[in-house]
This record gives sequence, structure tokens and C-alpha cells, in this order.
Amino acid sequence: MFERTDDQQLFEETTRRFLEAELPLTAVRDLARTGPGFDRGLWAKGAELGWTSLLVPEEAGGASVSGNGVVDLALVAYQFGRHAAPGPLLATNLVAAALGRFGTPDQQAGPLAQLMAGEAIATWAFAEPPPHDELGEVHLAATPDGDGFVLEGTKSPVEAGADADHVLVAASHDGGVSQFLVPRAAAGLTATPLRGIDLTRRFARLDFRGVRVPATSMVGEPKQAAGGVAWLADLAVAVQLAEMAGAMRWAFDTTVEWAFNRYSFGRPLASYQEIKHRFADMAMWLEATDAIAGEAARAVGDDAPNRAEVVSAAKCYAGRYGPELVQDCVQLHGGIGITFDHDLHLFLRRVATDVPLFGTPGQHAARLTAILEAREASE
Amino acid sequence: MSVTATDIEDVESFTRRARRWLAENLPPAPAGGREMGAMAVVRSDEEELARIARCRELQRMLFDGGLAGICVPREYGGQGLTVAHQEALNREIAGYDYPAETQIPTFTPCMAVILEFGTEDQKRRHVPAILRGEELWMQFLSEPSGGSDVAGALTTAVRDGDEWVLNGSKIWTTGAWWADWALCLARTNWDVPKHRGLSVFMVKIHQPGIEVHRIEMLNGSREFCQEFISDVRIPDADRVGEVDQGWTVGVRWMYHERTVAGGSPYVTQPMGRRPARGAGGGSSLLRLARQTGRIGDRHARELIGESHALSLVGDAMTRHVSAGIRSGRVSDQAAALIRLFGGTREVRNASIAFELAGGGAVAWSEDEPQLGLAGVGYLMRQAACIGGGTTEMSRNVVSERVLGMPRERSGDRDIPFRDVPRGPAHA
Repeated sequence: MFERTDDQQLFEETTRRFLEAELPLTAVRDLARTGPGFDRGLWAKGAELGWTSLLVPEEAGGASVSGNGVVDLALVAYQFGRHAAPGPLLATNLVAAALGRFGTPDQQAGPLAQLMAGEAIATWAFAEPPPHDELGEVHLAATPDGDGFVLEGTKSPVEAGADADHVLVAASHDGGVSQFLVPRAAAGLTATPLRGIDLTRRFARLDFRGVRVPATSMVGEPKQAAGGVAWLADLAVAVQLAEMAGAMRWAFDTTVEWAFNRYSFGRPLASYQEIKHRFADMAMWLEATDAIAGEAARAVGDDAPNRAEVVSAAKCYAGRYGPELVQDCVQLHGGIGITFDHDLHLFLRRVATDVPLFGTPGQHAARLTAILEAREASE
Repeated sequence: MSVTATDIEDVESFTRRARRWLAENLPPAPAGGREMGAMAVVRSDEEELARIARCRELQRMLFDGGLAGICVPREYGGQGLTVAHQEALNREIAGYDYPAETQIPTFTPCMAVILEFGTEDQKRRHVPAILRGEELWMQFLSEPSGGSDVAGALTTAVRDGDEWVLNGSKIWTTGAWWADWALCLARTNWDVPKHRGLSVFMVKIHQPGIEVHRIEMLNGSREFCQEFISDVRIPDADRVGEVDQGWTVGVRWMYHERTVAGGSPYVTQPMGRRPARGAGGGSSLLRLARQTGRIGDRHARELIGESHALSLVGDAMTRHVSAGIRSGRVSDQAAALIRLFGGTREVRNASIAFELAGGGAVAWSEDEPQLGLAGVGYLMRQAACIGGGTTEMSRNVVSERVLGMPRERSGDRDIPFRDVPRGPAHA
């Protein structure tokens, strides 16, 4: 997906080999039948490989491979996509990133250390159900109460919302935004599992009904978290894009092979011009997605001034052409492509699920227009 | 281009030098941005000639300022720097007026082909003159008898002592009426299969025996030309590459042509900062939506954003594929991906502009020319997927040369070219 450094190649290769050995698609299917959909033991081994430390600064015990931890994590996400691997990679890393950047020493010594060790998992409760589902909208409210706060509202969908040990929740707070780290077991916080199209990931609706949290649970400055929330949301998209690119790659490679080996009317599918031309279009979508996903990860990791613009362009594009590519792979497989036995649907599910999460392509397109307007106004 | 020595100017100091020089010497880009592609305003001949003359001046200024031919070796008047330097210039030049209309096909594919296949004498005669803006080049490539099948050229060169006598017709030459030289693909042997009987020549366009006829396009543009060539004598010293081995040149010529959409080391074009390229582009679509009162409309805002995303993604993909070609990750045939993206992006942009302009795109008043441009641009939409090699050809290249899928069946392989069918057989 990007030009990798030697260290990055080695790191990615380690993850690839681990996923291939521990999570072949038969294992992915087996885990999909279990409650949480992933295996905590394997997750802890992944944490040992560095999966959960990449976005955490060294002072807080983390370590990137290349100096740009988002690009490093994107390599892991790419392999996750390529293997349809289960596990709260995105969810946990978002919280680790927030705690690494904004967390108090106590939060870093406690929950963050657990996340990095793979002993605990976490999720970021950000998205809200309609009508509060515009890009970046935060409606759930935090109200001061004695020496703490009361949280009231609903977050949905939240990945691993029922199984996470810690929940980072974004709340509107007196005209600003604050974030809190809440134990999943907090009184008044209920998780309702949602049904979903992705067999490998679990989502839940989290209802906060008078959830009391101490002031020490706040992550970052009071009412000043809007910037951090926007950063986390862009980070989420960057990681998600790498995962989509990996899943698209699997579908594409598998379908190319199929086209060479499948014969109709005495010739391989790959010899028909109509089909060759569709592969050319898919190759273009894939190469373009790789390119913009790589640039998005770099921009987020570097905190580049054009971060939001690149991220939105990437989601706008990959969110449209990513699922289109996998659907075309299904079409070229014919009937077998829509059976449960064929593995293609695992990847179709993965890519399709990523489309609306953290902003639909249309929402990101609209954000690009706002960015253009703001630039014009400043010129 | 292949310079990697450490004694060349580093990119940072080059960038500073370029930034300073550009600020001190180049005027700002024309107000409102210059539309290219389907939304281009059709100029009068006088305006066109004045603009081309201005481009020659701007090119001369860049040359004198040490910013022409960044990747061209110094012995041919270039800077002997790297692609990274050219990319830096592309970033810095955004927002300035520069010789936009004379980049292509002069610098690529024409100069690129001369650099790759020209004799020492040919390179010294032409490359510095090109970099100074004194020679503008065109491609005598397509013929009326066949668009995509360029190797099926019928234009013929017959040897006569130290000269060749050229006869035939070429078409779709942009700006042949004001350009100076052309690279010409011609048949020099009809008794061998089609790819083995071609040669490439350098031809002075304005000379007795070449009649340049201008073609009127459906939008009123008379930019494209057809040339009728009768008994034009060309010295053998102006042959590029070996006799009958013209397709060796042709393959690389096609490759360089596909980099026109982006990724050529020889083309200067603004990149990165502004969504200036292509039909519409973010800023002009914003203006269009304001003009039609639809700027607050969610659907309109998504369309504008989509166009901007395509622009950013196209740039990213160009960088990605170009880097991949340089590092050997993908074959150089992957340049067809860039051409394919460019064409389909322009098509989408033209449709978006047409939609944003609404009814004004089909019937507009004198004081709303922008709406009319969106309408006429829509009619010209497919030009982006035809000119410079059709997107169908790009798709063939991607599937066959990049993905290794079986070649299309053809009726002209392994038989003498004179026996190749050129129309339905008549009883």
C-alpha cells in the first residue's frame, strides 16, 4: 500500500505470518460463531507484537516502528483487512491513542497499560443514532454533579461496545466537548448488542442513563476536547481505509486468479474483453485506494495541516469504489460468489460495514466542500 | 533523471530557490483559474496565437531562471536534477501563470522520445531549443484510417538516397497550425508484419507539401488538425531510431503519452495545493453552485466534494504509481492506470458541472457564459476518454500488460502488412 521501510516490512510480515498461522479463514469462521467474535488469548499475543502500542508516545510506554505510528498501524489494519481478521484493533487503538496523548498519569498507568499489554480492550463511543448522526455531532450530555459528572444519552453503533472493558465517551459539556473514560460495568451504562452484516465484528448500542463519573475520569481538558475528537475521528477513518484496502486486495487477487482458471465456452474468463476491462477498472480503484489511504495515514500521523481534507477525500473515494470493487468480484464469480461457503462475503461484509462508520462517503464529500469554502474565504 | 549523486542541489534548497524565483518573476495565474478539458473556453485565433506566444516567453523565462528541463541532462540545456525536484517545482508553481498550453505534447511524449532515441546531434539540435520555448512539437501519429490502431499507419516514407519521401495523412494533431515540429510515425516497409515496418521521423510542420487543415469540433474549437502530406522530403539525419524498428520507439512513445495525465518527469503542472485541474475543479464548481443558488443544497455540496476528492485521489494515485514504476513495484505499463483515472475523472467532472448548472446549462443568457460552458463541456465530455489514446486501449494495456491476461485476437499478426484486411471483403 505504501513504500515501506525495512523495519515496517519486517513488522508487517510478522503480523501477516501471525494472522496466517493463527487466523486462517476457517478459524475466522469458527470465531464468528462465538459471542465476542474474537479470542482474547490471540489478542494478547497480538498486543505482544505491538498492535496496541503504535499510537502511544514513548513517554507513555508506547513505541512506533517508523516514527509515524498511524502508518505503522495502517499496515496492521491492511493485514487485518486482507485476512478478514477479528479483534478490536481499531476500537482499542483509538482509546490507546487518546489516553497516550491526553491521559493523566493514572489513566496511563492503569487502563492504558492494560490495553498495551492486551489484558483489556476498549472502545470509543462516538457515533450517535439519528437524528444526531451528522459528521462529528456530539449530543450525549455531561452535566456537572458534585465533584463529578452525570452522563445522559445514547451512543450507537459502538464496535465491541458490549465486550470492551473501558469505554471512552465523547460528551457535549456546557457548549464544549469533554471526553470521559468509563468502565463498561459502570452503573447506568447498558449495552444492547446489535445485529450486523459483518460476521467478525460486534456492535452495540450504549445507553447512558444517569451514569455518574468522577472528575478524574475526564480525558483531556474540560470542554476543550472538540479538536481531540476530530483528530480521533480522522484517525479512525485512516485506519479503516487501510483495512478496506486490504480486504479489497484479497477480493481482487482472488478474483483475478478465478478469472484465469475458470473456463467458459472453451476459454478462460480472463480472455473476454468485457471482463478484462472490468478488471482494469478494479485495478484502478484498488491502486487509487492504496494511494489515498497511504496518504491519509501519513497525514494523520504527521498531524499535517491538510489532514481533514486528505482523510475526507480518501473516505469519499474508497467508500464508493471499495464496495463497488468487491461487488464486482462477486458478480464475476457468478452464483458461487453469493454463497455462504465462498469466503468472498467475509470481505464484502468487512468493506461494506466500513462504509457508513465514521462518516458516509457523502458526509465526507460535503465536508470537503466546507473545507474548500473555508480555504477560499481565507485567501 | 537517473542522477543520484550527492553533488546535485538538494530538494530543500532547490525548493527555496524556485519559490523565490517564481515570486520575483512569474505573474499570478489568470483570475478565476484557467479551465482546461471540457470546460475550456474556446478562444479566437488571435487570442490563441497571443497565448501561445506568451507561453513561449514564459518558457524562455523559466529556462533563463534555471527552472526548465528539471530532469533533462545538463548537456542538453536541462538541470540534471530528479523527479523529486520536478515535483517540488510542481508544488511551488501552483498559483502562477506558466506555459500550461505548451507542455504537452512538446515535453512529453515528443521530447521524452527524442531524449530516449535521438542521436547526439538530434538531441543537441532540438532539446535546448524546446527548453527555450523556441520549438513547439506535435505528434503525427493517428491517421484517418484508424484511431487506436496506431501501428497500422498507412503514411509511407520511401527511401531516396540520403532522403525519405513522405506521403499520407495524419489527424488529431492539436495546434499543428501554430506548432513548429512533429514526430511522425510512418511505414517504411509494407512487406513485413505491421509492427516491423515502421520508422519515426522528425518533420518540420510548415513546409511545402504539408497542408494543415483545421477540424471544427462540436464546441466550436478548431484546435485539432489534419495534415495532408505530399512528397515531403526528409533527410535521413532526421530519422529517430532504426529503419523499420519504429515500433520500438512507438511503444515508448505510447508510454510517454500515457504519462500526460500525470507522472511525467518532464511536464510542469501545478499539483497539490489547488484543485485547479480538469473540467470544473472544486473552485469553479463552487462558483457554479453559487451562481445557480444551490450552494446550500446538500446534494450539490456532495457533488462538489466528490469532484475535489477525485482531484486529490488522482494526484495521490499519480504519485503512487509513478513511485511504483521507479522502484520496480509495478511495470511501466501501469502508467495506463493514471491515464484511465484521468479520463474517467474528467468525464465525471463534466457530468457534475452539467448537473450543478441545471437548466442554465442548456439555455443560458448572454451574461451567464459559465452555465453555457457547463452545457457545452458536457457535450464534449468524452474527449477526455478519447484523446491521447482511448480509455478502452488503457483498459487493454492494464489487463494485458499489467495483469497478464490473454491478448485480444487480431487479424494482422504475422502477415505482411500489405495483405492485412482494411475493410469488408467484397465478392
